[in-house]
Amino acid sequence: MSDFEVTVTDDGVGVVRPLDRLTMVSAKRFTGHVADLIGGGTSRIVVDLSGTGFVDSSGLGALIAGLKSARQAGGDLRLAAPTEQVLTILSLTNLDKVLRPRDSVADAF
Amino acid sequence: MSRDSPPSPAPQWLIRVAVLLTVVLGVNYVVWRWLFSVNWNAWWIAVPLIVAETYSIIDALLFGTTVWKVKRRGAAPPPPPDATVDVFVTTYNEPLDLVQNTALAARDIHHPHRTWILDDGSRTELRDWAAAHGIGWIRRSEDWVDRPRHAKAGNINNALMQTEGEFLLILDADQVPVPEILDKTLGWFTDPEVALVQTPQYFVNVPKHDPLGSQAPLFYGPIQQGKDGWNAAFFCGSNAVLRREALMQLGVSRYAAEVETAVRRALKTSDRVLRSAREELDEDDERLVAAIDEVAAEVRHARAELDQGVALADVTYGFQQRIDVVSDRLVADDLTAVRADLEVIAGLEGAIAQESSPLAVLDEVALDRVSRRAWSPLGALETVRTLIGAVDMSRDDEAQPVMPLATISVTEDMATAMRMHAMGWRSVYHHEVLAHGLAPEDLGSMLTQRLRWAQGTMQVMFRENPLVVKGLSIPQRLMYFSTMWSYLSGFAAVVYVTAPVLYLTFGVLPVQSLSSEFFARLIPFLLVNQLMFLVVGKGVPTWRGQQYSLVLFPTWIKSVTSAFGNVFLGRHLDFSVTPKERPVTDGPQWHLVKPQLIVMGALVVAVGLGMVRLAVGQADPLGIWANVAWVLYDLLIFSVVIQAVLYRGPEPETEPQTQPQPKEGSAP
Repeated sequence: MSDFEVTVTDDGVGVVRPLDRLTMVSAKRFTGHVADLIGGGTSRIVVDLSGTGFVDSSGLGALIAGLKSARQAGGDLRLAAPTEQVLTILSLTNLDKVLRPRDSVADAF
Repeated sequence: MSRDSPPSPAPQWLIRVAVLLTVVLGVNYVVWRWLFSVNWNAWWIAVPLIVAETYSIIDALLFGTTVWKVKRRGAAPPPPPDATVDVFVTTYNEPLDLVQNTALAARDIHHPHRTWILDDGSRTELRDWAAAHGIGWIRRSEDWVDRPRHAKAGNINNALMQTEGEFLLILDADQVPVPEILDKTLGWFTDPEVALVQTPQYFVNVPKHDPLGSQAPLFYGPIQQGKDGWNAAFFCGSNAVLRREALMQLGVSRYAAEVETAVRRALKTSDRVLRSAREELDEDDERLVAAIDEVAAEVRHARAELDQGVALADVTYGFQQRIDVVSDRLVADDLTAVRADLEVIAGLEGAIAQESSPLAVLDEVALDRVSRRAWSPLGALETVRTLIGAVDMSRDDEAQPVMPLATISVTEDMATAMRMHAMGWRSVYHHEVLAHGLAPEDLGSMLTQRLRWAQGTMQVMFRENPLVVKGLSIPQRLMYFSTMWSYLSGFAAVVYVTAPVLYLTFGVLPVQSLSSEFFARLIPFLLVNQLMFLVVGKGVPTWRGQQYSLVLFPTWIKSVTSAFGNVFLGRHLDFSVTPKERPVTDGPQWHLVKPQLIVMGALVVAVGLGMVRLAVGQADPLGIWANVAWVLYDLLIFSVVIQAVLYRGPEPETEPQTQPQPKEGSAP
């Protein structure tokens, strides 16, 4: 099941794009994609949420785990273009105080 | 609730009448006592006594509040369609056959699910056995090496990251579930706000007279049903189903809050460290002066950004990058000068990993120690880098950044449930025995277990007091506080045995007189208070619980002092896992109850002395007889320790009870 698109930009920034949903069902695969990018030497990562209609708390947990891995590798993980639902759950958990989403993938780094 | 016909509970109106009578007569008594009857000449015993009595009356009022809205739920609706469930069997060092027996029963639960053994002992033979029986096996990931393990909470948090079921059934290794456990409980989750369904803990290896007070039928009965009525049913660690979304939401929002606190505190400490390093500095060393000033400016800048509401990740990222530049420039030079400091810094990281400090760098005590040490300038810079690194978004001080189950206490369950309630989730108490467990079979294990529960409860009281936690309703606050309050009974117990001994031996009377007015106010209260217990626990022997809430006073007192030392002074709690097997040493363990035996001895001697004083006409007969009655009651209460010490475990031929025989457990 391919529910993620993973690319690396010309600037060496990894882009993970969850299609449709990032939930307890897909969180582990998301973490795997992030680990693969970092393992391949790409530690600056953008999560492109423009096509992600729904994120649950397990999905947020996976984002935080990804942030941890990226930071430990000397890079960073940033969110781009969240939908309305994602903004809502970010603010519900106060995670918006920690992670400020960028408007687009291009703006992220 | 059980298969056989249970005693029908008392009607709610009767419970409320008993509660109201207790409130009125209790307040009537205690107000009069404070205003008109304290013997201030003997204030050193009079004041402790009136305080202890006030404590007990508040305890009774809180109990009355709990049972005011006893909620008797029937069967749950059918489970939500397609509910996915993970069943967790948690184990640390229990015997393999015990774990295997539970795991097989868990595997055979009817509702579709996946079964996992959460093996904190990381035993390969258990892994192989599990694989051969179609059961999953999870041990701690690499991330936990050299980091706080957080006992059972850590074990479950670790497994949460490796599984994906929508619901989680949590079972201790010695709690054998019935196959219907999920079919009967999942239905409550059709309410999307329900995060927790708790079922009773019931023990099969306990004889009818329950010498160790293992069963807690008043708690797993009217108390939990009462808390449920106020939407405050507790999570008790096992035999409960949880909603993953609620746990994860808790973990994520705790992460957000704790990272912010940790970063702010680390920056504040860094500021202090730098300032003192700057004072020590020789002004001639321009290179170092400039570096320290530069880093200090970055710290101030970061703090200002936080105050302006810049997102934490952005603040720390920029800060780290700039500090690294300064720091690398310097550390490349004279390394020898900083070697000593570097060793201390390494020690700091080690201290962070200690179990004694579950909040790690959030711990203000530890941070204070760091800031008071005199650092060399280079050491100061490294310290700042280490501090900020430890509390960076990645929470390097913890094995995983998101900790859904609370780790602030050795009893993770209460703190977790309280946080879920504070976030607006609901809980359910499902009053039906759906798992059969094993209780400790000897006095030593029982005492260890009670101490652990009490310590955990006290840790929560000191760290996240329900009276001030944001988001709880007032009844929810009272329900959590009520349980905490009940663990303070040890201090009152000391007063209750000391006062009659003092009167019988020396004639010291803590009340102005044993007038008829005194008895006219006291005795009706005592009677309605007992009546309230009787009505609430109809058909339930509440006596054993009443005994242990008084008799275990050394345990309760130790729980308060050790938790206080742990939370406020950074001391070790001496936490130990409750053993499920009997100890190797045989024979009665009298030393375990030495304080209780001393109390009993003192009571008996006091009665003798009182009699002598009466015989020689030195004492007031009414006073002597009233106090003798009091002492006899105390002795009756304390007599349970004799039974407990002599108890040798259940007789093999004893038919295990098949339904709960409720007895009181005022200390769940």
